Amino acid sequence: MLHRVSCLTVSEVKIPHIVPVIAIAVSNVVKQFGRFAALRGVSAEFDAGKFHVILGDNGAGKTTLLRALAGLAQPTSGTISILGRSPREACREIGYMAHPSLLYDEMSGLENLRYCARLYDIAGDGRCEQVIRSVGLEPELARPVGQYSQGMRQRMSLARAIFHDPRILLLDEPFSNVDVHSAREIVGLLKEMRDAGKTIFVVTHQASLLENVADEFVRMQAGQIVERTSGLIPNQAEAQ
Amino acid sequence: MSSLRSITLATLTKDIRLEWRSRDAINSMLFFSLLVVVIFSFSFDPNAEESRQIAGGLIWVAFLFAAVVALNQTWARELRNQVLDAYRVSPAPANALFVAKALGNFILVSLLEAVMAPLFMIFYNLRPLGPAWQLIPVAILGTWALVVNGTFFAAMSLRTRSREIMLPLLLFPISIPAVQSMVEATRIILAGDGSARFWIVLLLTYDVVFTTACLALFETILQAE
Repeated sequence: MLHRVSCLTVSEVKIPHIVPVIAIAVSNVVKQFGRFAALRGVSAEFDAGKFHVILGDNGAGKTTLLRALAGLAQPTSGTISILGRSPREACREIGYMAHPSLLYDEMSGLENLRYCARLYDIAGDGRCEQVIRSVGLEPELARPVGQYSQGMRQRMSLARAIFHDPRILLLDEPFSNVDVHSAREIVGLLKEMRDAGKTIFVVTHQASLLENVADEFVRMQAGQIVERTSGLIPNQAEAQ
Repeated sequence: MSSLRSITLATLTKDIRLEWRSRDAINSMLFFSLLVVVIFSFSFDPNAEESRQIAGGLIWVAFLFAAVVALNQTWARELRNQVLDAYRVSPAPANALFVAKALGNFILVSLLEAVMAPLFMIFYNLRPLGPAWQLIPVAILGTWALVVNGTFFAAMSLRTRSREIMLPLLLFPISIPAVQSMVEATRIILAGDGSARFWIVLLLTYDVVFTTACLALFETILQAE
């Protein structure tokens, strides 16, 4: 789906300037691990600038779908389009936060981000320090990440996912092992990012935290999307 | 190209920093090769001539086994907290990671050789009768031959259940031509049996062929699930 937003005039000819509003299109994606199918023909389109929450029981295929969107799991069949490109081509536009922290335990938070910054060709410490502050941590903290509390580690992991300013954020269980206060702070930060135009995907078992923030709840079951709603319906909340 | 160089350098610096803080690989390698040297020196009682004939084999086998420890360590570090996935989702080229890991292993194994070679000379009462300077290209090319394949196969066996066993199973057979060249070149230089030029050229050819093959295939290995 494309959305017409403006017109440019060149030599009296009006050329429509169009911007896609579909951030992610998934078409008949199957992902098999040996004989087990983790995704069974998932097809969906997700709007840009929205907050999507993916729900489902363990083994429903939520993490596999997120990894496929991030380009970490190659679909057995079907296609994934991120902003009109393949996940690998669109990797600069994707921020990925996995269940494990994706951080080196022996290095401090700033050292971890400095290394990631080099991978994305971002120079200087300014951006790294700014992002660490934005998740409520101190860049001066010299302690290695291995000595952080679980909540601090989750925040640093989020900082690693967002520091290159991606347009799409894929977050797997960002609230696991985090106290309610820290979880609410993370939700607040994500809400600000959505309001700034980012497309956010969160896989979580704590859907109630996102009840007033999310634009869409996507329920998965046995490797398929079975329900998409704009609000959290009672049985979804209970199921989590 | 500049991005490849800067990411390689950043990854190499990061690996050296992590190794400096943990000293996991260097300590195990040093103790392992020290044990090999001491045990062999007690097991055999060779005269100077016999030492020159067998020393090349002993020292390179000790370095090969010790290198396996470092090779397993460098990739094991990338599995903790799945940090390798952070590299895989980034736009950084796969070969920058491979080159940095191979260089890091090369530095570690070279350090080990720099410490252990003089000890070996003392324990076995060795003095090269041939052109001693030729030991330098043999050491450099031989070490690169071990680490370039070792880094590649360690990455390949990363996701297997018994990766510590898998690495030697994959690495040792393919390293036979390189190990034979290193051993023969070292023996010729120590015993003064002429020039080791042929074996050095063979090592160089081996390095060029396998470095090219590893660089060509590494992205497939990195993106494999």
